[in-house]
Order: sequence, then C-alpha cells, then structure tokens
Amino acid sequence: MKISDLSAFLELRVLSGDPCREYDGVYSGDFLSRAMSRVKADNLWITIMNNPNVIAVASLTDAAAVILAEGVTLLPDAQNAAGKKDVCVLTSPLSAYELCVRIHELQKSHAGV
Amino acid sequence: MAENVVFHFDIDGEDFSSAGGASVTVKKKLRQLGIDSEQIRRVAIAMYEGEINMVIHASGGTADVIVSDHEITIVLADHGPGIPDVSLAMQEGYSTARDHIRSLGFGAGMGLPNMKKYTDSMKIETELGRGTTITMTVNIT
Repeated sequence: MKISDLSAFLELRVLSGDPCREYDGVYSGDFLSRAMSRVKADNLWITIMNNPNVIAVASLTDAAAVILAEGVTLLPDAQNAAGKKDVCVLTSPLSAYELCVRIHELQKSHAGV
Repeated sequence: MAENVVFHFDIDGEDFSSAGGASVTVKKKLRQLGIDSEQIRRVAIAMYEGEINMVIHASGGTADVIVSDHEITIVLADHGPGIPDVSLAMQEGYSTARDHIRSLGFGAGMGLPNMKKYTDSMKIETELGRGTTITMTVNIT
C-alpha cells in the first residue's frame, strides 16, 4: 500500500518528502538504537522523537516513512535534514498505539480479511 | 575492484545534529559501488552506532572505511576515556549515557551489541584514558 493511501485514510499531514512510496510493515519506538536494529527497509516508523538523528536513522534503515505521533512536528534542524535526505515524514494527532491499531485495521481490510 | 576504495571521515564530537553524516555518506558511496543492499544496511547500522558512540563518549574521532573485493572494513578510532569493562559494555541495555543524551533517543545500551550483531567480525582495542579503536568487517558475498 502507498503511504499516500494511508495518509488519506488517517488524515496524516505530510511534513517532508514524497508519500507516493509503498510501505511494508510498521515499527513503533523511540530509542534510536532500537529503531536502528528493528526498522526494516520499507517499514513505517512511528515515533515521538523529532530531532535530526531520527532522520539519519530513517535514511540509514531505508524506512518508507516516519510518522510522528501525538501531533509532534519536526524541529527546524530535522526538517532541514529531512528535505536534504529526501525522507518522508508525516504527523498525526493520534498516539502511537492508536496509529498502530488503525494501520492494522486498514491492512486487514485491504487484504480482505 | 582492482584496488581498495578508502573513505576517511573526521567525526565531530558533541555535534548531535550532524551525527550519522559519515554513515549516510558511506551508504551512498557503497550504493554507487554496487554493493548488495543488505550488506550496505549492515555497514550503515554498525557505523552509525560507532559514530554516535564517539560523539557521546569520546568527543569525536575518526572513521575509515576500506572496501575490497571480499569485505568492507570499518575502523573507528577515538581518544576518549576508554571502556572500563568491555564485556559489560557489550551487554544489551547497559549504558553510561547521561540523561540529556537519553532525551535525544540515545543511550538504550544497544550500540556495541548492534555493532557486533550486524558485522561479521568486531575487535575492540581500548585503553583507559587513551582511547578506543574498533575494527569491524562485513563480508561481501
């Protein structure tokens, strides 16, 4: 599924990058070293961290996009880094838990389960 | 590849906003060299963790990456305080990072374990008060 489809369903706001990429799987967590080892290529990464290091980790892990939960937006340095590294970042007022549930529901309906 | 390709970086200490820059650059260069994406990912993760460690604990250092026909070698050298107990530092979850470092999302105690996990070999040479050199390799298959 494309990030843009998910974005429309969850009313996400795009902060950076192109949401046309397909995603596959989700990781949720805020410790960067954990994320570094657990985020797989093409994953969505849900976090409340918004510093430039988040962008570095997303770029290095080939995450499809970062979704900032709880209405968090990028710090100016991170916004700049996201633009330079072409990392797709979106934000949502929902909590990480609510995002995971909603994404799971969408996945299920999309798969016709 | 007829000759080894070598990259050198100076890692700026305490500069968290640009930390990881060398790893991102290496990732791009390895892509250009046609290295397998999973091997690039492993190098990027291991090097990023090392870079962050040097910024957090050692006021920076140097990173050298050597790409040969059969392996990628990463050498991270610093003149920081050294690691008092390497086996303890290798345990997942053990961290000496201060609170303000943790508030940035670091300090999960996964740095060295991740570096070992994602490489084919890792050697740590450390001396208290003198510094640490970590040499890691990722095999090219």
